[in-house]
Amino acid sequence: MKTYLPLVIVLALASAYGFWWKRKQGAIRSNKAIPGHRLTEAVLGEALGSRATMVQFSSAFCTPCRATHALLSQMVIPMNDVKHIHIDAESHLELVRELDIRSTPTTLFINKDGIEVGRAAGTPKREQVLAALAAIH
Amino acid sequence: MSEVLNKPEVQKIYIDARGPRFSASLTTIVLATALVTQNKWILVAQGLVFLIGATRGPQFTPYGLIFKNIIKPRLNKVAPTEDVRPPKFAQAVGFGFALVGTIGAFAGADIVFTVAAGFALAAAFLNAAFNYCLGCEMYLLITRFTSK
Repeated sequence: MKTYLPLVIVLALASAYGFWWKRKQGAIRSNKAIPGHRLTEAVLGEALGSRATMVQFSSAFCTPCRATHALLSQMVIPMNDVKHIHIDAESHLELVRELDIRSTPTTLFINKDGIEVGRAAGTPKREQVLAALAAIH
Repeated sequence: MSEVLNKPEVQKIYIDARGPRFSASLTTIVLATALVTQNKWILVAQGLVFLIGATRGPQFTPYGLIFKNIIKPRLNKVAPTEDVRPPKFAQAVGFGFALVGTIGAFAGADIVFTVAAGFALAAAFLNAAFNYCLGCEMYLLITRFTSK
């Protein structure tokens, strides 16, 4: 017995979700930031940048984590007041829950006081990163 | 699972990133056929493919071998590479859905077959069409709920 209805439903729902997912990938969103946490050197294990820090959470089953790491670590080389800190999400589950990190890579943009001002899930674009960093004083 | 996959010898394995996406396209076609014909044996066969992909690696499945022997020689020689662990994770998730759907079908629960095959199809389709990373979205959430 042939039936096309389940196939049509699955493809329609998956496409809708796929377009929504693709659109939010890499976008740096300030409304998703979780304020009220201070990410200090004691929490992160590394000194913060004097103006801004990008804290990237990665996991083993994540292809874009590698590309994100390459982009961000390379971008901060000429910046003397911005740092990139890389954290393995799985070995920092308490922090992951506190900060409500749901997927990897997730990159938090924090200011000099360790307060989160925005976050990006997925690999952000170079221009998006530059714009987000420029907005942090 | 992650302890096994975090072993240095596993971590070093990088494969042609175009392979898993090609395999996801074939998987989409196979699972769509299973869903339209309501044929449980197609899901059983796809389940075996997922099992090979989850245990040995996606490059060793029949789809991976088709990619390696027929598709890859016709593509650009400069291949983007990726860590083998994310596609392996996706294959394990696919195997889970295929297993549930197969058990449902043989137990006479057609709705279980349809829903499970539907989820597996959705995942394969998202991977093929949107380059969706299942491990990125699911793994941390699962870990958050299952470990202290």
